[in-house]
Amino acid sequence: MIPATFEYAAPTTVEEALAALAEAGEDAKVMAGGQSLLPVLRMRLNAPSHVIDLGRIDALRGIREEADALVIGAMTTHDDVMHDALVHEHALLLTKVTTTVADPQVRHRGTFGGSLVHADPAGDLGAAAMALDASFVIAGRDGMRTVAADDFFVDLFETAVGEGEILTEIRIPKHEHWGAHYEKFVRTAQQWSIVGIAATVHHEGGTIMEAKIGLTNMGSTPLRARATEEALHGVFANDEAVRAAVANIADGTNPPSDLNGDADYRRDLAVVLARRAVLHACGV
Amino acid sequence: MTIIEPTTGTQREVGAARRRKEDQRLITGRTRWSDNIQLPGMLHMAMVRSPYAHAMIRRIDTEQAKALPNVISVLTGKDVAEEQGVIANAWAITTDQKAPAHLPMAVDRVAFAGEVVAVVVARSAAEARDAAELVDVDYTEMPAALDLREAAEDKVLAHPDLGTNKSSFWQLDSAAQGSGGSVDEAIAEARANGIVIEREIRQQRLIPAFMEPRSTVVDPTGEQITMWSSTQVPHIARFLLAATTGTPESKIRVIAPDVGGGFGGKLQTTPEEWITFLAAKRLGKPVKYTETRSESLMSGHHGRDQWQTLTLAATKEGRVTGLKVDVLADMGAYIGLVGGGVPVLGAWMYNAIYKFDSYQFNCTPVLTNKTWVDAYRGAGRPEATYAIERLMDELAVEVGVDPIAIREMNWIKHEEFPFTTVAGMTYDSGNYEAATARAKEIFGYDDLRAEQQKRREQKDPVQLGIGVSTFTEMCGLAPSRVLGQLNYGAGGWEHAEIRMLPTGKVEVITGSSSHGQGHETAWSQIVADRLGIPFDDIEVLHGDTQVSHKGLDTYGSRSLTVGGEALILAADKVIEKARPIAAHLLEAAEGDLEFTDGKFTVRGTEQGMALTEIATAVFAAHNLPDGVEASLDSEATYDPVNFSFPHGTHLCATEVDTETGQVKLRKYVAVDDIGVIVNPMIVAGQVHGGIAQGIAQALWEEAVYDDAGTLVSASFVDYTIPSAADVISFDIDHTTSPSTTNTLGTKGVGEAGTIASTPAVVNAILDALRPLGVSDIEMPCTPHRVWSAIRAAKGGQS
Repeated sequence: MIPATFEYAAPTTVEEALAALAEAGEDAKVMAGGQSLLPVLRMRLNAPSHVIDLGRIDALRGIREEADALVIGAMTTHDDVMHDALVHEHALLLTKVTTTVADPQVRHRGTFGGSLVHADPAGDLGAAAMALDASFVIAGRDGMRTVAADDFFVDLFETAVGEGEILTEIRIPKHEHWGAHYEKFVRTAQQWSIVGIAATVHHEGGTIMEAKIGLTNMGSTPLRARATEEALHGVFANDEAVRAAVANIADGTNPPSDLNGDADYRRDLAVVLARRAVLHACGV
Repeated sequence: MTIIEPTTGTQREVGAARRRKEDQRLITGRTRWSDNIQLPGMLHMAMVRSPYAHAMIRRIDTEQAKALPNVISVLTGKDVAEEQGVIANAWAITTDQKAPAHLPMAVDRVAFAGEVVAVVVARSAAEARDAAELVDVDYTEMPAALDLREAAEDKVLAHPDLGTNKSSFWQLDSAAQGSGGSVDEAIAEARANGIVIEREIRQQRLIPAFMEPRSTVVDPTGEQITMWSSTQVPHIARFLLAATTGTPESKIRVIAPDVGGGFGGKLQTTPEEWITFLAAKRLGKPVKYTETRSESLMSGHHGRDQWQTLTLAATKEGRVTGLKVDVLADMGAYIGLVGGGVPVLGAWMYNAIYKFDSYQFNCTPVLTNKTWVDAYRGAGRPEATYAIERLMDELAVEVGVDPIAIREMNWIKHEEFPFTTVAGMTYDSGNYEAATARAKEIFGYDDLRAEQQKRREQKDPVQLGIGVSTFTEMCGLAPSRVLGQLNYGAGGWEHAEIRMLPTGKVEVITGSSSHGQGHETAWSQIVADRLGIPFDDIEVLHGDTQVSHKGLDTYGSRSLTVGGEALILAADKVIEKARPIAAHLLEAAEGDLEFTDGKFTVRGTEQGMALTEIATAVFAAHNLPDGVEASLDSEATYDPVNFSFPHGTHLCATEVDTETGQVKLRKYVAVDDIGVIVNPMIVAGQVHGGIAQGIAQALWEEAVYDDAGTLVSASFVDYTIPSAADVISFDIDHTTSPSTTNTLGTKGVGEAGTIASTPAVVNAILDALRPLGVSDIEMPCTPHRVWSAIRAAKGGQS
């Protein structure tokens, strides 16, 4: 299908982009890789007056180390994240989650930052960002600000990135030697997560020293399972112990009901998948 | 794949796994799909569709749309009411069938969400779409008949003026037609002394979901009106355009260029085609309409959608004595081209490969306010096969024997063919024993049973299940007399023509056109053998009513068994026309000539002449015998004497995760007996794709409507078709019982995989879960449904 007409701008610097955005007003949309925006436009679910394409801003691409953190440019493609050695070494969970994003074509176009700002609760990367304690650098006309993952995801398709602002990079504390696993539950291979459990675990001699768990599609935003993380602390990673520790992971969540299953089913799935994700992350 | 090695003599090509000659252009897209066609001055059309399932149209305001630049015309149903014709219902299964008039564009009332109420024609597709958004339609909503079983009770009427939603009632009764005894007596006897299995099965609504969306281009300039359309039925479209719009048939040319799949979904003449035709005719300019995927899912006809109520009677030992079937079939809002007959096509297949004493099939097609339902790969037979194969498994459980053993006890033995069934069909040939033995061997049946036992004992969270499906189906639609008895609006013959070109090349024209089946390759193989012409020298032409003036098109696994026979007859006529010319040129008696490998030779001599040389001589016509026409070209029309009945044994192993409800395919073996195979590679493609499509019904696909009658699964996000990543590699093989009703001995394979695989998969899931107390799961067996069934069984509910 054909989108409604819109004005198009393709700035080459963040400053230009911010200026274009300010000028375009409230009906403007920022486009990163376009993998979510374009289908929305083509189905005429949205008809922005302006599309500001960030695709030509080279400064927003790439992955680098900065002291104890990895810094990932918002416009870095999923494919680049997925194959990046630094990510693999310092944020293995992100590598594992990114490999499950859509299909190779989408991963070559779609971007890390674009997906996070789109904030689809069934999108996979939010859970990884939550679990890895990512922070988000946001540029606006008044300068830069940094937002923690806990404060970044506000609601369904809504983040801390405000009108006239652009997400420029994502900072992830290094998680060296942490095991990681993503249990993505889908009905068909290329589908949004019905439920996803992203777990990264620091373990010694089979005992869990620290676990961090993010949940996909268990509410209107990605969630962090802090109570379960506490319960896993010091647990020897076997089926029985982990089963007990994750038993309440769905408490307080508010998952959706849709064609893929109702909320009760999703809560039950979350418990099963959490056990599997943690055990996998521990190499059991 | 067992590749049949080419043999010597005239059997060189048939049986060879030739690469398809059409694939280069199809795969690279360097070809004519309807939407690729560009004509000078061509206009583009966009549709305005009803968002309501049932509503009166109060007013349509087109002013804003008309005011946009480059908008040429906006038409509503009222504007064209006098000239738009009607969409055909060619199969009134009973003479008192109730069917609402299906207008291309609704005039006063819409009966499903997606029905066209207005169209915009503009200079570009984008401008047409923009203007369509501005057409303002004022509706008054009406109560909608949505649920099939409720609709059958006539509480809300889908079409108030019909007075009922029940379109007709159709029955096949073995006692009444003399093909068996009384089913009620058999059931009564079984209730007293045997086993009765009763089940209600939901055949969920499916969407054909062909790869190429439907697209139509109509060019009214010149002497004829030419329509290119992504259709399975160009000949039927031409006939019906003439019959319903008043345009003389001789002024209409319909071309189905390369068509990207259909699965029955393009066995239809559509409102979109009719409106494009109308708009082009009115405006005097070429007009193109190409649907979006969402429009395709919403307004192209759907498939299946039945409730089946089944009662199977058997002896204590497990011998089936009778089967009673009551089908409620959701037709949607309108009865399409062959939709009326689709649920009835199952009538002859519920008895499947088994010997019954009594049988009754009752079918009530029901109108609802949803998208129309018509043929979808298998059309009536998958529903029947699923029902009986599920019942046979239940019977095996009841008797306490292996599911294969219960089938052996009841099936027709190979020495009993030809066999007339309780439904009244005469099966041509088959060997169920051989196919089943081969399937068990490849599958490693006993080893998998042992593994299953072990997992059960260990209470493994992932349980193994084995599903059996010993299907048969009827192909080769169809003997025209039979279709006449069933009140179908056309015959079932097929046409072929062979043109011998003077340069030694050959053109083959077939009335059944390909929408992915590989006609060009298979037809070339057949003609190559029959006439001794090299494969590459043969060009197959199809899908253009001006080139192939006669044909009944492609559906019901008919092309090869019916069209292939027409081709053989035409080829034989070429040889017979060439014979007197050869005799004349070789100065021999006709009786002394023999024709082998494309050459006439004088028996006992070295003297001979190739058919291609005769073609050249005929072109010159300098030295032909008196009274012989200067042409070898021949045509033939073949009307089949019977259907063909391929069969097979499919075995499926599934791993069912009892914690999540997730079903994983572990192993799938298909041994199909489809008679003689012309091209094993094409057959493998049909079988693999067919199996995947049938598995999709078992596990993934369902068209879902909400309470307002809006299609919820209106994109591929929610209508979950599988990709290659979702299925495993299938092990396929064949046994061969040649059909006795055509020269080649072929039976048809287009629908076999789809018919066979659905019950194989569901039987496997239930086989895995039976120890947990689960005996039924509605399709598609989504993880949520499987999980719910396990949970219900644990809670003591069934």
